[in-house]
Amino acid sequence: MAIPGASSASRAIDAVTAAEPAAGLAPAHRLAWQEARVAAIHAETPEVKSFVLRPESWAGFTAGQHVDIRLTAPDGYQAQRSYSIASAPDDSGTLELAIEALPEGEVSPFFHDVVEVGDTIELRGPIGGHFIWDAPLGGPLLLVGGGSGLVPLMSILRHRARVAPEVPATLVYSARRYDDLIFRDELFRRRDIDPNFRLEIALTREQARDGLHFGRIDATLMARAIGAEVPRLTYICGSNPFVEAAASLALAAGLPFGSIRTERYGG
Amino acid sequence: MATRGFFGKRPTEIEAGRLPPGQYLTEDFPVLSAGPTPRVDLDKWSFTLKDGVRPVAKWTWDEFQKLPHVKLTRDIHCVTKWSKFNTAWSGVMIDDILAEAGIEAATGFTLAHSFDGYTTNVPTADLVGGKAMIATAYDGQPITADHGGPARLLVPHLYFWKSAKWVSALQFTARDEAGFWELRGYHMYGDPWREQRFTGD
Repeated sequence: MAIPGASSASRAIDAVTAAEPAAGLAPAHRLAWQEARVAAIHAETPEVKSFVLRPESWAGFTAGQHVDIRLTAPDGYQAQRSYSIASAPDDSGTLELAIEALPEGEVSPFFHDVVEVGDTIELRGPIGGHFIWDAPLGGPLLLVGGGSGLVPLMSILRHRARVAPEVPATLVYSARRYDDLIFRDELFRRRDIDPNFRLEIALTREQARDGLHFGRIDATLMARAIGAEVPRLTYICGSNPFVEAAASLALAAGLPFGSIRTERYGG
Repeated sequence: MATRGFFGKRPTEIEAGRLPPGQYLTEDFPVLSAGPTPRVDLDKWSFTLKDGVRPVAKWTWDEFQKLPHVKLTRDIHCVTKWSKFNTAWSGVMIDDILAEAGIEAATGFTLAHSFDGYTTNVPTADLVGGKAMIATAYDGQPITADHGGPARLLVPHLYFWKSAKWVSALQFTARDEAGFWELRGYHMYGDPWREQRFTGD
């Protein structure tokens, strides 16, 4: 594809998109709404709960994908939202969402305050064919998450640990405080047992504990995260300001434009 | 069937009439894109019309500024469920771009190209007849880079991923060729009022 006036960036992107796996590409049939039973609920942080859902029919997904949720009021009014999947694809027939309570929200407060184990929720999916990773894409991987932007990265990390633990992966995870770190114990455990997984945590509103960075992600932290081996793929997820800042740091550190995939929350 | 315990924060009746199914109203202007924000220098910017592989007209930024600019205020609807009312754009209508180039639309299908390699397909009929523009300003100001500046396609009656940011070219194609998201499970047409979000909707 040669477009007059196109930047070199477009060629770099083409190189990456050509390598995307078939999984996650266009489904041949309609994505049907279906009911899913809430199998478990866990409080992960003061503002984030995880929900294990068991849909009637679930053929699996690719790490990084999301589902659409649809809620229906007694008079037929409906609200829809998209939520990333936190779990890795497996044969359990379930998926796990991690939902942050947004005080002014319509759907997230319902999940936090009303939903109980045994309820049924409508969903359809999986959705998304770009912010995804599977073993054929290889590594090294650089994952950069802000707040609840960790969720799809967690799916990728969990999947990598199952199917390709030899692929080097680094997670840079920014949260406000220590207690806001979603899946904190699991992340520390994975860091301790997995020689190919590095974890860099940045806390923006709490003085660092030992080994944790205090403040926003900066050039020094980004350089340390990139390390000696340039990541083949970088996945950045969070609010738009977070993603803009992190993507700018990644570009400034020399990572190719086309190797960086982003997902922005708040939309 | 109703979801147990859900009542919702519903919009007013007036808002509800302007909201396509499954959408909610936001006052913000969320940003979504598949990669980092490309920074396109104005002196390197150009916009090209192509008939298949053949370029048929091309404008630099200064040349493009001399085309007739008009205002277009429309509601916009993102496939991620947010809608925003009364977004005020200005730019050059596709009709005027074709007239300026002295050509008729070559085929019934168009593929929009962007500086970051993004593509999206739109039927040519949805770009002409006063329906779409190449927008260069939002709310009276140059469009910021994260919202697609220097220039983006604006096709407000379709889901907003069709309104390609950082647009660099419109290409008339012999058949309806799927663009970036359309290859990844999103709908070939994307009418919010028929809730055409994904393939098969």
